[in-house]
Amino acid sequence: MDFELMITSFPKLLNATVITLKLLSASLFFGLFIGLLFAILRMNKNPIINKFAYGYSYIFRGTPLLVQIFIIYFGLGQIEYLRSTALWVILKEPYWCAIIAFALNTGAYTSEILRSAFQTIKPGFIEAGKSLGISNKIIFYKIQIPIAIRQSLPAYGNEIILMLKGTSLASTVTLMDLTGVAKYIISTTFKPIEVFVVAGGIYLFMTFIVHSLIKYLEKKYNYQ
Amino acid sequence: MNIFKKTIFSVLASILIIGNVYASDKIRIGTEGAYPPWNSKDASGKLIGFEVELAWTLCRYIGQQCTIVEQDWDGMIPALLMRKFDAIMAGMSITAERQKTITFSQGYADEVAQLAVMKGSSLEGMDTPSGINLSLGGSDVKSALKTLTGALAGKTVCVQTATIHQNFLDSGDVGSVNVRTYKTQDEVNLDLASGRCDAALAAAVAFTDYAEKSGKPVVLVGPTFSGGAFGNGVGVGLRQGGDDAIGQRDAELLAKFNKAIDKARKNGEISRIAIKWFGFDASM
Repeated sequence: MDFELMITSFPKLLNATVITLKLLSASLFFGLFIGLLFAILRMNKNPIINKFAYGYSYIFRGTPLLVQIFIIYFGLGQIEYLRSTALWVILKEPYWCAIIAFALNTGAYTSEILRSAFQTIKPGFIEAGKSLGISNKIIFYKIQIPIAIRQSLPAYGNEIILMLKGTSLASTVTLMDLTGVAKYIISTTFKPIEVFVVAGGIYLFMTFIVHSLIKYLEKKYNYQ
Repeated sequence: MNIFKKTIFSVLASILIIGNVYASDKIRIGTEGAYPPWNSKDASGKLIGFEVELAWTLCRYIGQQCTIVEQDWDGMIPALLMRKFDAIMAGMSITAERQKTITFSQGYADEVAQLAVMKGSSLEGMDTPSGINLSLGGSDVKSALKTLTGALAGKTVCVQTATIHQNFLDSGDVGSVNVRTYKTQDEVNLDLASGRCDAALAAAVAFTDYAEKSGKPVVLVGPTFSGGAFGNGVGVGLRQGGDDAIGQRDAELLAKFNKAIDKARKNGEISRIAIKWFGFDASM
């Protein structure tokens, strides 16, 4: 074990963690909106809208994240027509390609998490609202959404942790995130164990923070 | 139950013994299989290329059985050190940086590195000498590097990770270019063609091979590079020998490869294989 290498690589890896966190927060931010939208579409009575939303979540949950990121980065880059459109400004950058892939992926999982959370809301809550003469819209915003968020906290916490680890795939499309920089250091020192142990430790610490935060929120919003 | 256990033990023991026999008399050679025409795979997944053919030739001269093992480029040296195989033949240039960790046989081929761009790029028609040797230095090299620094300023240059090409761009010899690293040369080629890279740096033959196979208008620009970060030719990468029995075997292997390369060179075998795969004599 080369402890000196572990110590000298630590600040470099910590620096790269900023990119990892940026990727994570951007994809979770967009993913949450996509997830909420598709969860609502999934509960729509119109079979076409319903099937479309189901198809989206089926495709993105049924294929590996690595394949999705490759299709978006290398695949779309091969389409000559795309390169002449304004979209190319975004798709040219590996950073945005990664965020698009991550957001679409986590959006699919989030939509399922939210949908099941909506469906577990006891009909009594909604009926209580209706009997008090509250409009459907207010019931949705003030009763259904808050309960659904509380219900989905444990599952969503897992999703955040999965996504955090998923961001390591950004290194496959040239991004210098935590894993990317770890690989770079290894490419000049040829010592994978030391560097990956430090990188793994940083991931573990971030997971610990997310886990604690979710635990705290769960306790705080316990309505029972 | 006892018989069952005994059977398991004897099976395991025989596997271990067979494994050891294999380890002792077969030379395992690691290659990437993704750097044509140096080493690559054909449609059926069989390893082919200059180094694959040369490896079989060298093994014949050494007089020992060989197996060729596939290994991702970025894990090549760690895998050698962890004894997943005994020798590297993967277009790996002999550099001082790598010699800190492993050792090399004498060089068997020259890798000519050059920048590539897509036809119509502003980098076309750079005014530099046709080739520069970084080890020699001198005013020629200095002015060529200056031209390159100016031309590449603010440009994205793509390379395969952990290569001499990456080392050169990171060295600051051509200023602070935007370097993007990829796991394989294939991915570098894809992004050069898509326009994400303004230029790419690799073995010139890797680009000509890609241009030929894909029909994409890839053109080579600027000087060919040698010396300095580009090392001194491509050799067989081996573990540094030691005083113990295993270390001695590693040192013996180095001597065996050196002798085999001598013989293959004298018989014109390296030249013949090089011309077959590169179209010109890259042997050394």
